[in-house]
Amino acid sequence: MVQGIRDKTGFVAALCLAAFGSYVTSTGSKLAYVSDVGPGPGFFPFWIGIGMLLFSCYQIILCVLAPGDKGPSAEQTNWHGSSRALAGWLAMAASIFLYRWIGFAAGFVLLTCVFIVGLERRPILPALAIGVALALTFHLLFVVALGVSLPAGPWGF
Amino acid sequence: MDALGNLLVGFSVALVPINLFWCFVGVVLGTVVGVLPGLGPAATIAMLLPLTLKMDHTTAIIALAGIFYGARYGGSTTSILLNMPGESSSVATCLDGYQMARKGRAGAALGISAIASFIAGTVGVLGLMLISPPLARFALRFAPPEYFALMVLGLAMVVFLAGDSMVKALLALLVGLWLATIGTDLFTAESRFTFGQAKLLGGVDFIAATVGIFAVGEVLVNLESRSGGEMLKLPRGFKNLLPTLQDLKDCRFAFVNGSLIGFFVGALPGAGATVASFLSYGLEKAVSRHPEKFGTGVIEGVAAPEGANNADAGGALVPLLTLGIPGGNTTAILLGGLILWGYKPGPLLIQEHPELFWGLVASMYVGNVMLLVLNLPLVPLFAQILRLPTYVLHPFIIGISVVGVYSVNNSLFDVWMMALFGLLGYLMRKLDFPASALILGLVLGDVLERALRQSLMMSQGDLAILINRPISATLLSIAGVLLCLPAIRWVRAWRVEAVEREG
Repeated sequence: MVQGIRDKTGFVAALCLAAFGSYVTSTGSKLAYVSDVGPGPGFFPFWIGIGMLLFSCYQIILCVLAPGDKGPSAEQTNWHGSSRALAGWLAMAASIFLYRWIGFAAGFVLLTCVFIVGLERRPILPALAIGVALALTFHLLFVVALGVSLPAGPWGF
Repeated sequence: MDALGNLLVGFSVALVPINLFWCFVGVVLGTVVGVLPGLGPAATIAMLLPLTLKMDHTTAIIALAGIFYGARYGGSTTSILLNMPGESSSVATCLDGYQMARKGRAGAALGISAIASFIAGTVGVLGLMLISPPLARFALRFAPPEYFALMVLGLAMVVFLAGDSMVKALLALLVGLWLATIGTDLFTAESRFTFGQAKLLGGVDFIAATVGIFAVGEVLVNLESRSGGEMLKLPRGFKNLLPTLQDLKDCRFAFVNGSLIGFFVGALPGAGATVASFLSYGLEKAVSRHPEKFGTGVIEGVAAPEGANNADAGGALVPLLTLGIPGGNTTAILLGGLILWGYKPGPLLIQEHPELFWGLVASMYVGNVMLLVLNLPLVPLFAQILRLPTYVLHPFIIGISVVGVYSVNNSLFDVWMMALFGLLGYLMRKLDFPASALILGLVLGDVLERALRQSLMMSQGDLAILINRPISATLLSIAGVLLCLPAIRWVRAWRVEAVEREG
């Protein structure tokens, strides 16, 4: 069935949203729809879920019925380069994970190096210098001048 | 004439050197906390409140109010330059402001934002001075059904945020509304959609969601291709960095629209600057001769919401000073300050303490001029951020996002949420779902649900309460018309197509 659909990505997204709408509706229906003082905690989520379900089904129909020359085509959703974006996101997630042990400053320097060396293919030394300079700027501006507390490593920053 | 005489008395208070100094300190501090995401005016005022106990009370309220409206000026800077809204009221500014920056018009966007803020801020103060008591009485007629209708009108602005697909915009809006239901239900204390995470009991942190979806999502999209070290375009020379006369002419209506909507919505307790900024953006797009260009970097799309969120500051002080009702977090802390200093905010405040009220009003005129003088020369300085090569700009944006989000609650959980929302923002861009519709739902969802449930409690479950009251019926009718607009356009296009086929 999916092979005949021109906007495959849109179709899959609408299917995911329909599934999510079903989850919201079913979870909402498990919460009290009416309470002693009026509408219950399940009232609003239940109708949000129903709305999601209806609109995502409509979107599925649109994707299935879209003629070849109309509607978003599969070519428009260009996934080329998504691996680089995903790698950037994973590097960010790894640096957040490390904050607890090495602090914000060191984690940020590492992230900058991954971005500049790994993703941009530039030399390590300038990358390190940029990372240290930015981390120092953040430390002076936020921690020293504005008194904001940031995750600190064993060396105190 | 009475108002003019009182205003002169106010100026005699506001122009005292010590008051001028603290007004300046307040607006500078406000601008700084406005520029930095996460550090909002509410937290700053709360931190500084104990310091004001030993100050003259008029001086203290002048300084704290300076932080309040100064923060609204600063809020646009990161929205325009980095696509990073520091507050919910700046989200609408991102839509066209960031696109202008990408086209090399960051200076014009920042400049028009300062000018719109000045004009709207001054209109807000004029409104505060001239129509406070009657407006405050009108605002009191807003009960839950009227708030529900107002929120529905705010949500109807999704029509103007939708790109090619209205269905995708509505789906994004519903996801935003669902996100707003996460946490403890305020009526029954039952937890909803918390997935066993105690940190979600308080709900999804707005700053984490917006910074993730807008700023981190944008960085991820830009990471898709190697930058080659290029920088974003930025014209040279101070003059070329400011709005042109044509820009100012194009923004005539936006200044009026933003000022009036911002002030009147701001005067409604609980409505907030976010609703005002989205309403004025929607109205600006609705009356524009080129609505299709909105979202691609149109200067009116920056002037209208920026004006609205500044006029809102004057409007928000109306119920605070005349009725003693705070409209939001910041005004609630200001109310605490007034009570701490021994005042009773309410209908008698202006009569009993004219020097406080009129001194504050006059200081807001002075403060708005200070902010314009301060902000316009800073435009070229702030715009220099775009001179950073993109491979430096990306980690810089991620770093400032982490600091901004972490500083709200000192919570790494919020930073993780930001990262997840960043991924969601990236996917939404790839699949052409409008992220601003999701944020609209997230911001308005909580008030919408509360108002609806309170309304149904008032009427014992009868939905007719929403249409039986004149204000709510009017607002719902306008929202209904707005939501029907795409269908009307579709039918019209279909008829034209049918006629062409037959012809």
